[in-house]
Amino acid sequence: MQLYLPIAEVSVDAFVILGLGGIVGFLSGMFGVGGGFLITPLLFFIGVPPAVAVATGANQVVASSVSGVLAQLKRKAVDFRMGFVLLAGGIGGSAAGIWVFQQMTRAGQIDLFVQLSYVLFLGGIGAMMFQESLRSLLRTRKAGTPIRRAHTHSWAHGLPLKMKFRTSGLYISVIPPLLVGALVGFLAAIMGVGGGFVMVPAMIYLLGMPTKVVIGTSLFQIIFVTAFTTVMHAVTNQTVDMLLALLLILGGVVGAQIGARVGLRLKAEQLRILLSLLVLAVAMRIAIDLLLRPAELYSVTAGVLP
Amino acid sequence: MIRAAFALFLMAGAGFAETETIISGLSQNRVSITADFDGSEILIYGAVKRETPVPGGPPLEVIVTVEGPPTPVTVRRKDRVAGIWINNAAVRVDSAPSFYAVATTGPLRHILSQTEDLRHQITLDRVIRAVGISSEADNAPDFVQALLRVRQNEDRYRLLSGKVELLEDTLFRTDVVLPANLTEGEYRVRLFLLRGGKVVAKQDRLIGVRKEGLERFIFTMAQEQPLLYGMLSLVMAALAGWGASAAFRLIRV
Repeated sequence: MQLYLPIAEVSVDAFVILGLGGIVGFLSGMFGVGGGFLITPLLFFIGVPPAVAVATGANQVVASSVSGVLAQLKRKAVDFRMGFVLLAGGIGGSAAGIWVFQQMTRAGQIDLFVQLSYVLFLGGIGAMMFQESLRSLLRTRKAGTPIRRAHTHSWAHGLPLKMKFRTSGLYISVIPPLLVGALVGFLAAIMGVGGGFVMVPAMIYLLGMPTKVVIGTSLFQIIFVTAFTTVMHAVTNQTVDMLLALLLILGGVVGAQIGARVGLRLKAEQLRILLSLLVLAVAMRIAIDLLLRPAELYSVTAGVLP
Repeated sequence: MIRAAFALFLMAGAGFAETETIISGLSQNRVSITADFDGSEILIYGAVKRETPVPGGPPLEVIVTVEGPPTPVTVRRKDRVAGIWINNAAVRVDSAPSFYAVATTGPLRHILSQTEDLRHQITLDRVIRAVGISSEADNAPDFVQALLRVRQNEDRYRLLSGKVELLEDTLFRTDVVLPANLTEGEYRVRLFLLRGGKVVAKQDRLIGVRKEGLERFIFTMAQEQPLLYGMLSLVMAALAGWGASAAFRLIRV
């Protein structure tokens, strides 16, 4: 069934979009990430203009995060105080990201900038995650080797403006969470992603938060950052396509629930290895596009009559 | 003497132009872009009206152009910088139509003279206004060629040579397919009658292309009430997220 998207101004097959949302939802439900890092490149691939893909991707992440956080709330696995601190940083980062996005669009380098961010962040995080989960997978095989402590004192504990985070059992400076939040907000605006893949490792390794509250808290703050990003994109660039978002969300929420079931049957280390491979594959795919000579060297951007 | 001859020539020219005129029709003069819009085919037909018998001399030819609303465009070229391909050089073209189709009864270069093309701006090279681009990049004409190539591949620019059927030097018709990725606005249809490379009659018509129904509603709201629109998108997302988890909880129990 062909469907004309009013903002993207392209005609697409509605079932392809539903399926796309479903597959990404399945993966995000399985791994507990928003799935924005998959949706946005896939939308580029089917011909949705990058600006629309990024803004609409952010809108889709709102839906999947709401769905996810509701499940986490039941388990009392959301640290609201930490969430709000991360959020304060996130809003600032997102506003900065929208501004950079506009500047880059004007300079004609937005595609490059988005692609480079993907390669850099997905590649880096994916490699780190792969290495870490491979090590822990090997460690569980060889029982008896000492396990690293979850709480290690690092430079983050020496900073001023300390605050108690009861749910996480932490007493740390608010500066690192603010910075992490800002980085994630920036990425959300540039890449149309929730930033869970940056946030989760940063919370565990940088802030030393217990793993059980990490996913809930990250989802909680991602809702607000992506909501803010969506509204900002809608206001400044008019690039949120409601119809496209609705289809992606419909496919996504169903996929996410199925994915969550499947995810329960796999071990945490296996899940992390699979996720890191997926992240690496996306990064590689985009890197190859940048490195190989494109079939068409020229691109055309229509302007608006003054 | 020269002036008199010139006046006579003008009169003859005017008289020549009036011996044949166009009566035309369009299968539709408005196109609605609705949710299931998947392109549209427009039939453009017409007849040549004469008070006198068919004039002798060069045969009658017909050209039909359909032109979408023009916008300025920026054409960018990728170059390899530090191992990766990035947009490096850009040329701004003042005006290029978002859609352009030329349907003819025969090869353009045989039926249309250069001067008439210049006067009536029929071929794409004439329609695209790219004045003063040579200062913006080396080999600027390559950028214009690239613009033509890219838009041809997108089915936005089309040369339909020989696709106008002409019967008995009087009735003509052609079909122009408007693609699915259509831009809103007024589409100008121009019909030309030619003899010996010269335009002997012309006519202009308009087709209005507009988003309708849901598409219209969403597009207008996104443009005019962006804040409300953004908020509404969020509400929709939040409801869908909540609804899905609630629905699946019910199924599970």
